[in-house]
Order: sequence, then C-alpha cells, then structure tokens
Amino acid sequence: MKVGIPTSLLYYRYKYLWITYFTKLNCKIVKPSPTTIKTINLGNIYSPDETCLPYKIYMGQIYELLDKCNYIVVPRICSYNNKENVCVRFNGLYDNVVNCFKTNNILTYNIDQKKNKLSYLSFIKMGLKINKNIFKVINSYIKALIIQKKYNKNNHNYQEQLLSITNKKVLLVAHPYLIEEPYFSKEIINYLTNNNITILHAYKLHHKIAKKLSLSISPTLYWTYSKELIGAIKYYYEHIDGIIFLTTFPCGPDSLVNELMIRKIEDKPTLNLIIDESTSTAGLETRLESFLDIINTKEKHYE
Amino acid sequence: MSKIISFPHIGSYYIPVKYFFSNITNQEILVPPPITKKTKNLGCKYSPDFVCVPFKYNLGNYIEALEQKANILVQAGGGCRYGYYAELQEQILRDLGYKFTFVNFIHNNHVSIFKIYKFAKQQNHKLNIFKYFYYLISALTILVTMDLLDKYYRKLSPFEEVKSSFKQQKTIYEKKLLQTTGIIKTISLYFKYKKIYKNIKINKPSNHLKVVMLGELYSLMEPYSSYNIEQKLMDYNVEITRHTTMTYLLLQKKFKLRYYLYKARHYIKYHLGADATESVALTLKYAKKKYDGIVHIKSFGCTPELNATSILDKISSDYDIPVVHFSFDASDSETGMITRIEAFYDMLINKRNSR
Repeated sequence: MKVGIPTSLLYYRYKYLWITYFTKLNCKIVKPSPTTIKTINLGNIYSPDETCLPYKIYMGQIYELLDKCNYIVVPRICSYNNKENVCVRFNGLYDNVVNCFKTNNILTYNIDQKKNKLSYLSFIKMGLKINKNIFKVINSYIKALIIQKKYNKNNHNYQEQLLSITNKKVLLVAHPYLIEEPYFSKEIINYLTNNNITILHAYKLHHKIAKKLSLSISPTLYWTYSKELIGAIKYYYEHIDGIIFLTTFPCGPDSLVNELMIRKIEDKPTLNLIIDESTSTAGLETRLESFLDIINTKEKHYE
Repeated sequence: MSKIISFPHIGSYYIPVKYFFSNITNQEILVPPPITKKTKNLGCKYSPDFVCVPFKYNLGNYIEALEQKANILVQAGGGCRYGYYAELQEQILRDLGYKFTFVNFIHNNHVSIFKIYKFAKQQNHKLNIFKYFYYLISALTILVTMDLLDKYYRKLSPFEEVKSSFKQQKTIYEKKLLQTTGIIKTISLYFKYKKIYKNIKINKPSNHLKVVMLGELYSLMEPYSSYNIEQKLMDYNVEITRHTTMTYLLLQKKFKLRYYLYKARHYIKYHLGADATESVALTLKYAKKKYDGIVHIKSFGCTPELNATSILDKISSDYDIPVVHFSFDASDSETGMITRIEAFYDMLINKRNSR
C-alpha cells in the first residue's frame, strides 16, 4: 500500500514519526516532487487567493499525490494543551482538502487536547484503517515516537555544539516548513554559509525549554508554534550577532508576533524577510548583504 | 490627575460599554471620536503590514482617544488573532511615547468577567459584587434590546416609503439609550421603539430579494470598515438576515456551536475556528431555504474565514445559490465595492426573472 505525505506545512515537524509509523505498518511512502512554480500554480487553483504560500504548495502537492498513492496523510491539529492554540489554518486543513478534491482516501487524526484529553489516540485509530492488528499499530506508534524524540534531541544537541564555534552567528526565526523547504530558503542559507556565518535555527531548540522561556518575552502569546520560536530568541540571545525573521506573505500569527519581537529586541540587529510568490532573489541578496554589513560594522564600532 | 477610560469602537456597541464602565468604575469615560478616514490612516501608519484590519482601526481609535487625554485603555477582544492584539497595541503605543495604563480583559482567549471586576474594584472601592452583577446584567439588557431592535430594522427598513425614516428613528433611539439608568427603562424604551418601527409606513412587495450576510465579526458589526455594505444593499430593497451580533458572540455562541457543526456535518467534520463553522452551517441552512444570495465578508487575510471560503464555494455549486466574497483592507476603494455589489444585485434580479 502506498501512503502519500505532502512535504509542506507539518511534514518537517513530524517527519520521523510519520515515516517510521507507516513503514512499520508495511506501507510505501510517496513524497511529492520538489516544489517549483508549477506546484504553486496548481495550488492556486485549489485555494483562495489570500491564503499563505505554504498552504498553496500543500494543495498543489496533494493534487500531485492523488493519483500516485492509495492514501494521503492530512492531520487536523487544534490545540496541544488547555491554554494554547495553533494557527487556525491547521484547524480547517482536513475539511478543506476533502471539499476541494472530493476524495475519501485521506488518513487523518485530530489533536484537540482542549476538548478531548485522549485525542492522541486518534493517531492509533488512523493506523487501524491500514492494518487491523491493533498490537502492531500500537507497537509501531511507540517506536515511531521514540525515533522522533531521538531526532529532536539530536537536533538540539547539534545546535549546542555550534555555539562553541567562534564564527559570527545568526538566529533564523522561521517555521520549519519555510526553512526546510528549498524553494524558500535555499538562497538565503547559501548566501549566509558562503559568507562564513553560522546559522542557528530557532525551531531546533527543545520545545519544552522554548515554551518556558517564551513566557518572559510575551506573556499572553498562545500560539504553540510561535511560542517555540520566540523562546529560542531568549535562549540564544547571548551567543548571536543578529536575528533574521522569515515569513510568507499573509501569515496570521507571524504578522503580530514578529512585529512585537522586532520592537522588543533592542541591542541586536534584526531583519524581517517576507517571501511572496513573486519575490526576486536579487532583492533578497541586497537585503542580506546590508544586514551582514550591519553585523560587521557593529563589532568594529564597539572595538 | 483624573482618570479617563477609553476603548475602541465596534458599531454602536459603545452605548452598553459606556454605561457599564461609567457605573462600575465611577470614572470619566471617553467615547473615542467616530471612525473616519483619519482614524484609518493613523492606524495604518503604525501597524504591521499584513495584520487584519480590526487591528488598524482599534489602534487608530486608541491614538485619537489618547490625544483627547484618555489615560486608561481597555481591550477585550478574544479569539483567533484578536486575543493577541492587546500586547502588540500596548507596545506600539508606548513606542509612540504616550503615557497610559493598558488593561487587557482576556484570560485564556475569552473575556473574563472576574478580571473586569478586579479592574473596577481598583478604580472604585465602594463597588461590591452585587452592584457589579446588577450593572453587568443591565448592560447586557441594553445590548440584547439593541440587537433585537436592529433585527426589526434590517427586516423593515429596506421597504420604507419615506426615505431614511427608519434611520432617523434609530439615531433618536440611540441618543435616548445613552441616557438610560436601569433595566426597566431600557426595556420600556425597547417596546416603545418597536411600536414606532411597526407604525412606520412600508411598502413590501411579495417577491422581494432575500440575502444573508455572514463572515468575520468586525466587518459585519462595524459599518465603516465594510463601507456600509449592509445599508447599500438595503437601499436596493433587499431584505437582509444577519446572525453575527454581540448577543450571539457573548451569550449564545457557546451553546449553539455544536448544533451548527452537526447541521454542517456533510461538509465539515471539525470546527474551522472562530466564526467559520457558523458561516458554513448558515450558508447551508439558507441555501436549503432557497434564499436568493449570500454575501460573505471578511477582513483581508482572515484565516478562519479563508478556511470556510472554498467550502462555501462548494455549497454554492451544489445548491445553486450565488455566493459573493468581499475582503476589506484599509487601502481598497469604495467604488470597486459598489460596482461589485451592483453587479451582484443585477445578477440576483436576472436569476429571479429567469426562474
């Protein structure tokens, strides 16, 4: 059996969880081809014009996957605990996909801890649709969870090692679906690494630490994914020379959170990059170049 | 220094808010000047680029209030992005150099009445919990009666014989409502004006058009932000039904949401966030009732309503009911909106005639 997983939005957060879970259940995993303009144009047909770019790519990828596999994984996520929410985009993901493509071959699970304390069990329920053996499903779920945790821990430890390097360091504050997607971030990361800058990723910090630290910067923030990013600013603040915020055009949470962060950070240079469908690479490079100039001159100034 | 409390506008709901806060805090309440182009420009100048429009209007209201010497600002918006407005708005206003105290009544994404009580107790030591609840209930009475009367307004005023006769009565009613002192006076005022509304001469044709307005709450309840689209449709003799009111949001939503999800079960399995579930359920309800059209309005980039958009389109093709989407930003023109609403109206008339 073939299971298709779109790589936009939540894939890079649950990569190892999903892959090990489905391979343990004897499924073959199908990924969409790398994102190009064609994917976005396809996605444009199936989404309203004002939606964010990752969502358009998501819809384009699902269109591509529909004929290639038996099932597609589309989770619905609402809240991870009583006090937090996620961006409303993820609340309607499943219903939008079902209504736009008119298919029933969709594997879904619903995480809504606010309403239902046992909502994590829906992940196991999803597996029962493929494999009727419940012990095998539970077993593979537990194994997948362990591997995902290991991966997260490795990410965190790797970043800790980077801190001891004497290079200039820049913290990249962006959702994983922007950084790991080459279509968005390839040029930015290439440019920074070519200029001997070490990049720290905000999303790689251990989520529990990040959430705790985020309270001291923004006490009323309630978006889980934003909290995890904001906490990293506090955690790495002493080690970094500058902060880059990366968002796509009408991103709801980022429009407020990034503005607040830029206003609150006083003595570190910040850069707010907004990616659009029509963003040119030349424009990005000029802005990055001047940002690096600021970082370099700032140090000279203090000497 | 005397304390002056101020709050952002939403429609004509400043009346119950002013009544409530002036009674429980015993301080001076400043109703910010009505929203104009100046408010919009001020708000746009200092807000982030792609934040939704209510943020910009609220910020404009605050700046105008601060310039009139207000020094306590109140924010009580909850849900989706509204819940996070307060923190950023406070920061922006502080960066502009104003001096004030900012009070946020949101707890866990909902308006918390105990937070309001705490705030009022700080301002007014004589307040006790019985007084507080008395004023809370009478403020809610004002709010509910306003909404009930508005329902009649929407039902009857499109067919008035003498132009703007309903509007005149409404302004007089709101002026009188500002001076009410208690529950009984409010209710008697409601019945009085209900009678007056019913006595105004109307000329209702048997085959008039019926349109439902739904979508995001601020665009629906604040006429300026949607270029008064509701009034414009009424001028074409179209009867309008609207479910999103303050009464619904504060008192009924909690109980009705599950029912709406059940009603829309063939299209959606889960809640879409904010008011999007209602949008889907109501579209379905009125499509089955054979209404003529649906006007779906939202502010630019409103994520929950965008979730609903593609589902509304599907219902539109399944049940053969026209749906028009409007999204309002601070910089788009009124003329474009008028052209589109005219075209929509013409289409409805043609459709009616061809049947």
